[in-house]
Amino acid sequence: MAPLLELRGLGVTFGGLTAVDSLDLTVDEHEIVSLIGPNGAGKTTVLNLITGATRPDRGQVLLGGENLVGLAPHRITQRGIARTFQSLRLFLNMTVKENVMAAEYGRTHATIVEQMLQLPRARREEREIHAFAEERLAFFGERLMGYRWNQPAYSLSYANRRRLEIARATATRPRVLLLDEPAAGMNPVETHEIAELIGKLRDDGGYTILLIEHDMHVVETISDRVVALDHGVKIAEGSFDEVATDPRVVEAYLGTKATVTK
Amino acid sequence: MSAPAPTPGAEPATSPQIGVDEWVRRSGERIVGPAGALGALRRAAERTPWYVLLAVFVGLVSAIPELTSNQYIIGVAADTMLYVLLAVGLNVAVGWAGLLDLGYIAFYGFAAYLYAELSSGHYNLHWPTWQSVPLVIAATILLGFVLALPSRRLSGDYLAIVTLFFLEIFNNFTNNGYAWNWLGFGATHNITGGPTGLTNVDPFRVFGHELTNRPTDYLWVATGGFAVIAVLLTFVNRSRTGRAWRALRDDPLAAELMGMPVKWLMLLAVAVGAGVAGFAGTVNAAYYQGVFPTTFYFPLLITIYVMAILGGAGSLGGVAVGAIVVNVLLEVLRTPNHARWVFYAAVLIGLLAKVRPWRLLAGVLAGLVAFGVVVNQVVGAVWPRGVHGAIAMGPTSFTTHGFFATCLRHWLVLPAHTYEASNYQIGNYAFVLTIALVLACTAATGWKRWVLLVPTIWGAALAWETTLIEQAPTVRPLLLGVILIVLMATRPAGLFGKTRVEVV
Repeated sequence: MAPLLELRGLGVTFGGLTAVDSLDLTVDEHEIVSLIGPNGAGKTTVLNLITGATRPDRGQVLLGGENLVGLAPHRITQRGIARTFQSLRLFLNMTVKENVMAAEYGRTHATIVEQMLQLPRARREEREIHAFAEERLAFFGERLMGYRWNQPAYSLSYANRRRLEIARATATRPRVLLLDEPAAGMNPVETHEIAELIGKLRDDGGYTILLIEHDMHVVETISDRVVALDHGVKIAEGSFDEVATDPRVVEAYLGTKATVTK
Repeated sequence: MSAPAPTPGAEPATSPQIGVDEWVRRSGERIVGPAGALGALRRAAERTPWYVLLAVFVGLVSAIPELTSNQYIIGVAADTMLYVLLAVGLNVAVGWAGLLDLGYIAFYGFAAYLYAELSSGHYNLHWPTWQSVPLVIAATILLGFVLALPSRRLSGDYLAIVTLFFLEIFNNFTNNGYAWNWLGFGATHNITGGPTGLTNVDPFRVFGHELTNRPTDYLWVATGGFAVIAVLLTFVNRSRTGRAWRALRDDPLAAELMGMPVKWLMLLAVAVGAGVAGFAGTVNAAYYQGVFPTTFYFPLLITIYVMAILGGAGSLGGVAVGAIVVNVLLEVLRTPNHARWVFYAAVLIGLLAKVRPWRLLAGVLAGLVAFGVVVNQVVGAVWPRGVHGAIAMGPTSFTTHGFFATCLRHWLVLPAHTYEASNYQIGNYAFVLTIALVLACTAATGWKRWVLLVPTIWGAALAWETTLIEQAPTVRPLLLGVILIVLMATRPAGLFGKTRVEVV
């Protein structure tokens, strides 16, 4: 079976710095792939290249065989790729529910004139948007429900903001979810919950997931496959155990054994 | 205002589970809104459905000509409704989509000129209203798209500067368009009438009935237009496009990555705002029977921005209220009669609201009286003519024989012939002195500030009585500045705006 998401020879250079260098990566349907690597390895840049936020200099991004390079970011999202952000980027002054509803823009079609006159299509879509947003929020249990719907996003706790970002991303109805450090800044209990949630997103939601994560327990628990990056180059790929024991990965994280010179 | 602590007895016996329990669920009930009359008004407004508020407002404004036959008041109401329309249109781009569009007035002017071209003797075109108004609105929307197109990649400061250029180009064109030719080829045409503008513009004609009963008819036209536009815009604001605009305002990059076509949404916001300005422009041209380039200068833009900011950019009802407050205030300043009341009332209310405890307030008031009287006596002893000014203008209680006038004459230093000979010399000194004192006040801390406040208010009153009260054009920008400063200090989100958070 052809992979759902495939990166072929993807590369980008910022000034003199090659941030990502001829990266090949595949993610199969319903697979959870983790991207690991030390800080500055180019992991977030890879997500930026896939979503079109940064335009690659070389290579291709294929979603179900279609090349996405050169498309505007919102078109790429509409094709079925959605992401969350490492440094949260919610629409802070909108309510929790509106955050999710806003992300359905790309899946609805009523023109501004239809909205002004509240013509049937605009009204029907609006009902669907409400229903779908409520369903998305219900996915996270009680956390984002009830009175929270009408509270501004800035009033949420850090962990709930991370959940809301995931809810918002899934509201674009993606096939592939890109999660940028979903467990960053969470306490051990919340980290455990997030790991369970990511599994549930795949199993119940049917999403294909590519995630960046530093917490190795999360990576170990949920990943089908792990890819390690360093200096924009793929240095290892395989199961968690294979990658974790790979000498190049150990070297990238810990450095080579110091040779004492006098 | 701090929320009162919940009564201990009302707490459930079990330990509260933060985040999921009854206590959190009912948190909304414990939120204490802003206190005072304004807060009560806000809470009442929030409870009432928007269409009820709109109907009440439109009903009240439309009834003004029935309640009074004073043409001046009806005229002010018609002007105010034009400002309301402009502020509501500006709110689309600025308040909802968060685009700093400084070219907005060019759309207003363009529509006014286009209507005038189509409905005057200038080209001898007299299009029927039902054709010209829709065409002008459509053309203005198109112009909005065209002007926003080159600036769609810009944001923030860059967008502001580029759109400001468009306004300058428009002003240049209207002023110099009486001798227009294509890059120096061919004959020159008179397109815009130049500095004198276009006159003898047709009134609106509705169902064969000419709207010549100014200003009543145009108050009704503007109010009816506002009702329709408010409904259309509210529907948009509650639909996908409105949400996308707000998302774009909060975080354009995240909006783009969540599937929203940010550049298209920017074009759309500018164009919709332009459409509203387009309607206002046609009303303006038909109401004043002419268009003049000076109407569409930068000060108008600033005034409308102040209206939007005062009311609370982002809230349609808020900016409408802002437009009403600002325009009525500016109108009041035109007549010294009214302006004088406003000035002393504002000073007194400001002191009452901000000076606590009451002992301090009493001290400041007593200091004010004593300071003025002493200065008056000293100056009177040294230079008798210096305190012989007669107050010959204002309401009866303020003129020479009135009680307030006597008080003022013994409190301030009004030289003889202050008003009669337009002797602004002392006023200019007082003005500079007041500015220096205000600066000193901002620098001072503790009791020194309260001591300095006394001569500052006295100096302001002196500058007011001797110069500013007669010079509405000077007071206008001063008033707008004071409104903005006071607002920044007390309610940065505007009267009806929601407090916004940039980064948490």
